[in-house]
Amino acid sequence: MNLELRVNGETVVRDVPAEELLLDFLRNRLDLTGAKRSCDVQVCGACTVLLDGQPVSACCTLAVQAEGRDVLTIEGLAEQPEFVLLEDAFMRHAALQCGFCTGGMLLTVSSLLAAGDLTSADAVRSSLAGNLCRCTGYKGIVEAVCELAGVPSA
Amino acid sequence: MSVESPTRIAAPQVGRSMQRLDGREKLRGEAEFVGDMIVPRMLYGKVLRSPVPHARIVSIDASRAEAMPGVACVLTGSDLGDIDPYWGHAIRDRPIVAIDRVRFHGEPVAAVAADDEATAERALLAIDVTYEELPVAGTVDEAIAPDAPLVNDGPLRPGLFHGLGELPPRDGNVCYRYRIERGEVEAAFAHADIVVEGEYEFPAIYQYAMETHTVIAQVERDEITLWATCQHPFLVRAEIAALFERPLSSVRVIVPYLGGGFGSKSYTKMEPIAVALARKARRPVRIQNATGESMVTSRRHGMKARVRTAATSDGRLLGRDVECWFDTGAYADNGPRVTATGGDAAPGPYRWASFRVDARCVYTNTAPSGSYRAFGATHLQWIGESQVDEIARRCGIDPLELRRQNLCLPGEEIRQGGKPLDADLIGDVEQAAAAVGWAEPKAPLVGRGVSVGLLAAGAHPVSTAIVRMEADGRVSVLTGTTEMGQGPRTVFAQIAAEVLGIEAETVVVRGTDSRFTPYDRSTGASRSTTLAGLAVMRAAEEVRAQLEEIAGESELDPATYPALIERRFGLAGGELIGHGDVHPEGSGSYAEGPVFWEVCVAAAEISVEPETGLISVLRTATVADVGRAINPQLVERQDEGATMQGIGNALYEEMIFEDGFLMNDTMLDYRVPTFEDMPGAMTSIVVQNGDGPGPFGAKGCGEGALAAVPAAIVNALADAGVPMTTLPLTPERVWRRIQELIQEGTWQT
Repeated sequence: MNLELRVNGETVVRDVPAEELLLDFLRNRLDLTGAKRSCDVQVCGACTVLLDGQPVSACCTLAVQAEGRDVLTIEGLAEQPEFVLLEDAFMRHAALQCGFCTGGMLLTVSSLLAAGDLTSADAVRSSLAGNLCRCTGYKGIVEAVCELAGVPSA
Repeated sequence: MSVESPTRIAAPQVGRSMQRLDGREKLRGEAEFVGDMIVPRMLYGKVLRSPVPHARIVSIDASRAEAMPGVACVLTGSDLGDIDPYWGHAIRDRPIVAIDRVRFHGEPVAAVAADDEATAERALLAIDVTYEELPVAGTVDEAIAPDAPLVNDGPLRPGLFHGLGELPPRDGNVCYRYRIERGEVEAAFAHADIVVEGEYEFPAIYQYAMETHTVIAQVERDEITLWATCQHPFLVRAEIAALFERPLSSVRVIVPYLGGGFGSKSYTKMEPIAVALARKARRPVRIQNATGESMVTSRRHGMKARVRTAATSDGRLLGRDVECWFDTGAYADNGPRVTATGGDAAPGPYRWASFRVDARCVYTNTAPSGSYRAFGATHLQWIGESQVDEIARRCGIDPLELRRQNLCLPGEEIRQGGKPLDADLIGDVEQAAAAVGWAEPKAPLVGRGVSVGLLAAGAHPVSTAIVRMEADGRVSVLTGTTEMGQGPRTVFAQIAAEVLGIEAETVVVRGTDSRFTPYDRSTGASRSTTLAGLAVMRAAEEVRAQLEEIAGESELDPATYPALIERRFGLAGGELIGHGDVHPEGSGSYAEGPVFWEVCVAAAEISVEPETGLISVLRTATVADVGRAINPQLVERQDEGATMQGIGNALYEEMIFEDGFLMNDTMLDYRVPTFEDMPGAMTSIVVQNGDGPGPFGAKGCGEGALAAVPAAIVNALADAGVPMTTLPLTPERVWRRIQELIQEGTWQT
């Protein structure tokens, strides 16, 4: 199928099989490997990208579902001027370890911040529960995100 | 582009929470993992796995699959006739792909290499295998029954690095047995005022490193090259070299960043099958496991145990008697070491008059078990510590006070002939207890618990490192240590920078490429900061000595490093190279170890909802007794991660096998902790007594908390009125236990 979409602000046109997953499309055809494959069943969030600003699991989204839409990956987010704020907060709080979940985590956080949904530490915890991290114990991430949202972390 | 040379003697580099050197690369999605790599001419491999737990392979016909367009080749057991195709870290019991027989649900039976993953997957469906099912030993009880089917029936052949002394012959399905005994155990129990005893079960657990096992193998000319998600690249190199009959220097292992390990990527895993497939295809091949495949590649041992503890009525601990059976699955992997470490952890660090441990490692027709963070200690600590608390209750003594009276003191013997205790356990547990409000009044249905244990840490003390100072005065560190999230690259930069008086942010530390980076035994057992870090310190000291020699009388100033190097070589080139190594100082035997005793100390406060059995973890505290924290923030984060996994191990996580079939092989059915499961207050206490054998008095951390947290939670739940003997503490299990207590008339709340 002929597919046209915008990825990180650039128009992309490709011929893809109907069954191709958005995750494979991004990783294999566009060499955007920041979205990671882990659970394959929309549980872990490592493959998260933003589709028209909303977080989706690229492992359970067909590439053709992105027809005519805007996809933002971690590579694109990292180019945006406000990314530095996220980056610095995560660095200060050591809110990452192996880095495998981190791209998806940051995309979810950026969409929640943009929507103004993070009004308390509890809201941070419940809104991010779809992104797993197996290294950190989540504490540093909660601290960093609360700081970005301007809410107390405890 | 000009490069600034280091210009000043920097402030202390060790002991500061510098930001991770790999942080920004990871945050921006630039960090490269094996699954992100493409090698020219690379094919994609997929593995056909056994649909049954135990069967004879009557026939395999791969001709239809091999004829499919885009399929390069299909690997089966019949391709391995030119080598001895069995491998295994402790016991060489495992074929590269099944030969004549499958022993667990999910065992590799064949593998396909194809132009893309979809083609490879379609080809798997075109391989025709006929199985004749055999009786299944699906549990430890079934495997140790008198008429049990034998999972492995050949002679036991030790693996390359088994380090377990003389292996006794296999006894039925028991492939290894570890026994220790001190004093007169039966006499202690005969004369005790109090004996607490019980039977316990610990589940099989999936480590769940979010990055699954992934390998690219290339077999070209005389060299085998692997890009692999492995924690121990040099042990993998040795095993691949032995298996494919090559010299060590002809096997090259490259390890980029790992997306978590936790022991799941310890020792060899998917590398042999990837090499065999690439060898047949004559092209590089990448195999990337799906999560369900990684679950059957490595897991934590399930275990059952019978334990009893004797004490006097005034709370003096007398003796402990432990029998336990570790379910190692169809192949031993690291099971014998897990069993021995569990045996060492079983008594607990108390001043026993006598104890006896009999730990067995048992083959079953289930997926193989290997290492997982704090193995052995996690299995046994919650059991022993729950009996200590039960004794405290019967004596009417505060559990913390009972531990004060009985815990070993620094310098006291833990294991006969081994290293004496090198930590202040009483001080550690007091701090942990205080952090969860030990002395504060409690609401009904709230409980608090502490736990104390020890883990033999450091594995085998062999590490080497190279520090290079280039002509511009910049420093890079070469080690074989794997960065899997725990932060060794940052820590090594701090150590080298401290020695050389430069800023750690200017130091470059990259991953392993066994062609260039020197030997490190392994990344695990909390050893990297202590042992590889010591090698890095020594290598940096060698560079400093060379600088001092060139500088003569004048004091070293990093601003002059380029000039000093120029003075040595007579031009603005050349480099200084320092080498450091760490090797055993005694005989090197495991018995003289460990390198250090890692403390496993935690406290927890929980509440339980009797209507549902649901547990909420309110507060936790863990103790990282690290001697000296090279980077305090990274130490705290390590123990927070271990706390999270400890909560998972205690409350949620369990691989469910029925008749040998794994029933929950997706993350929909296997539940790990999320943001919402974390306690409101999670305290990581960092204790720095300068008593470690590593650089600047450091010793390792990051595992002990995982053993300690489940034990503290079990004790907190018993304190709230619900004593439990099976993990995980699922709501159903806790609710059923409460119903039993109500029936017995012992439900107090």
